Amino acid sequence: MLEIIVSKYNYWIFVFLLIIGLYSMMTKNNLMKKLIGMNIFQWAIILYFISIGAKRGGSVPIIPGGHGHGVQKIVVHATGYVNPLPHVLMLTAIVVGVATTGIALAILVRIYNSYGTLEEDEIMKELGK
Amino acid sequence: MIREHEDIVIQTVCRFFIPFMQAYGLYVLAHGHGSPGGGFQGGCILAASFILMTISYDLKEVKRRFSEKLNVLFCSLGVFIYAGTGLVCLLLGGNFLNYGKLSKILPTDPVMARYYGMAAIETGVQITVMAIMVSIFLNLVTAGKHEETVEEEDAGDNSK
Amino acid sequence: MILEQFPAIIVVAPLILSFVVNFVGWRNKGFCFPFVIIALSVSLVSAIGILYAVIKHGTIYYHLGGWNPPWGIEYVIDHLNAYVALIVTVIAFVVAIYSKRSIEQEIPGDRIPQLYALLLLNVTGLLGITVTGDLFNLYVLLEIASFSAYALIAIGEKGALIASFRYIVMGTIGACFYLIGVGFVYIMTGSLNMTDVGQLLPDLYYSKAILMAFTFLTIGVVIKMALFPLHAWLPDAYTHAPSAVSALIAPTMTKVGCYVLIRIIFFVFKPHYSIEIMPLTTILGWLAIIAMIVGSIYAIAQHDLKRMLAYSTVAQIGYIVMGIALANKAGLTGALLHILNEAFTKGCLFLVAGAIMYKMGMRDIYQFRYLFEKMPLTMIAFVIAAFSMVGIPPTCGFFSKLYLLLGAIDARHWIFVATLLISVVLNVVYFFNVIRHAYFKPSEAYAHDGGRPEKIAVDEVPLSMLAPIWFTAIGILITGIFSGKIVSTVIQFAIPKCFLGGG
Repeated sequence: MLEIIVSKYNYWIFVFLLIIGLYSMMTKNNLMKKLIGMNIFQWAIILYFISIGAKRGGSVPIIPGGHGHGVQKIVVHATGYVNPLPHVLMLTAIVVGVATTGIALAILVRIYNSYGTLEEDEIMKELGK
Repeated sequence: MIREHEDIVIQTVCRFFIPFMQAYGLYVLAHGHGSPGGGFQGGCILAASFILMTISYDLKEVKRRFSEKLNVLFCSLGVFIYAGTGLVCLLLGGNFLNYGKLSKILPTDPVMARYYGMAAIETGVQITVMAIMVSIFLNLVTAGKHEETVEEEDAGDNSK
Repeated sequence: MILEQFPAIIVVAPLILSFVVNFVGWRNKGFCFPFVIIALSVSLVSAIGILYAVIKHGTIYYHLGGWNPPWGIEYVIDHLNAYVALIVTVIAFVVAIYSKRSIEQEIPGDRIPQLYALLLLNVTGLLGITVTGDLFNLYVLLEIASFSAYALIAIGEKGALIASFRYIVMGTIGACFYLIGVGFVYIMTGSLNMTDVGQLLPDLYYSKAILMAFTFLTIGVVIKMALFPLHAWLPDAYTHAPSAVSALIAPTMTKVGCYVLIRIIFFVFKPHYSIEIMPLTTILGWLAIIAMIVGSIYAIAQHDLKRMLAYSTVAQIGYIVMGIALANKAGLTGALLHILNEAFTKGCLFLVAGAIMYKMGMRDIYQFRYLFEKMPLTMIAFVIAAFSMVGIPPTCGFFSKLYLLLGAIDARHWIFVATLLISVVLNVVYFFNVIRHAYFKPSEAYAHDGGRPEKIAVDEVPLSMLAPIWFTAIGILITGIFSGKIVSTVIQFAIPKCFLGGG
């Protein structure tokens, strides 16, 4: 049992952060806390993806030297490099997370200016009138 | 919203830091192929330098140097560089974003032309990201009302 | 040469022109609208060209950046793609022509260039989702389409801000679940290209990670598609958005979500997995039944016309998902034909709702008295669209419901047949409620305003708004009359091969 926890600790951290984010989005009343929960949720996924690309003893995936005849003198061991593809995908996911936070913050500022509060039940009461 | 705060220590230190931050942002862009970095990261660092100026100095200073009109121009310029490079590759006979075809107009072979194509689109990404990050920050700080806040700063300044 | 580049042009043209509109609009607001029309015309021509090329030559493969798959991003366009892309482009073009007058009335003047830029970005995202053949590229374009939808909805009337915030939270959960699913598929197969993953997956069918990947992918897409019970964001978001924005988003976004569901269940994970190993089609079938009944019942109870149409959309998504869940030839044909029907019909209905808002300033059904005499052409189009929603020949709705019924009978699921007929009756109730209030003379008990005035002047909406309404209404009739030709030319080849052998 202990081996499962210790050897796959990145999965456990991912699930833990995911559930914190989901709980926060579903149950909190304040809209700002929902937004923070959404941020935690997205960052959990980003951390997880990067952790699956890591390798013990892996080196940076860059071939030193120029191109052309320079490369042929260097032997490339493909298994010794860290996998760069998850990093590239997560750059895009980080940009998506930043954009979502930007839009949500702008809408929160407008909501605060219109209704004077950021608590969801008070806003629903305002709308219901 | 952001009042002018006459603290000589903060202003001097930030005046020293901001050009270095901007140079570092350009360095991160230029070395994106070899070390962690690239367009988005460099753009964020450049935007952070403007945000530091806003926090340490005053909103009016940043508005003077980076007005809303310049913001819109930079935002569109970056996307045009990116999509323009792709379209040039389209017109030269390849698929969209096939930088190897750029070797017809650049004096290098197709492999190095891919390298230059990637550098061009990363530059476009950096310009757009910088403009958008500064624009998000300024819009949130002024709650969307740019001109009225600047006048309010003048009134607050005179009443001190 | 240009014909080969259409898959790239269809996505890039709205993208570049969106930023041109943003830049030019800063100087002069009058220049925005021509660029919008140019962008959408280029996309429309590209979509027609792509559909023609696919019908003649078969599937198109377009390698972005010149890199071969599976290392590079690939655009794969077969009959299913081209069909959905053409529908999205036509609706976007029609709504753009309509939007000029409608937006000038509803939105303050200095926001108009930004609204047009967001509209073009939304169309970019939707068209990109339909043409791409790469799983992660689909996530990026899905987020582009969603962001512009969040911002467009937030520009609307009083309840729009909180509706948009709720849409942000639910939409982000859906997109992030999709991303987790893509991550698991990448860990197990090492590839992100849809065709490649489709070939690598059958060896891995009995692994738990693929099971979780399938679950996360499906739930993410179901949230974006607003199938019951994850539809809670849809009524508020569609009601409070500006009229032209509702007319663009309602017919297209959820239908593109249905396309992504078909792509994932039947093309990436083969039908053998989705039907037998994981009983997903059974689960989707039961959810579809509940969606059809609950959506229609909620729609009957509404006063506001757009809210009623939003709940009607929830019910129609139930129809399409039921067609997918039946998983036989007639069922899938019905689902795909219903996507076409739903796009044109909902487009027409939301455009009519916008026209009524433009002229009368309100959308309460119970105050629609004498509307037929005031706006006759608009209401005739509404009647045609209502007939299509109910399923009266020769409109397209009749043929799509006929295929769905045949599919349900073929699969011997009598509950589906019963639900389909009950929901048709419920549709009649709420649509004919509106027609009754607009057409027929009120009885003495309801005549509070002291009797009817002598003659009500005809006060129609301007031509630039009336032409798109009539284009969609005539489109419903034409697609209904030619539905056999559409099925035999396009839809028949869009269904995966293994369903065609049976019946």
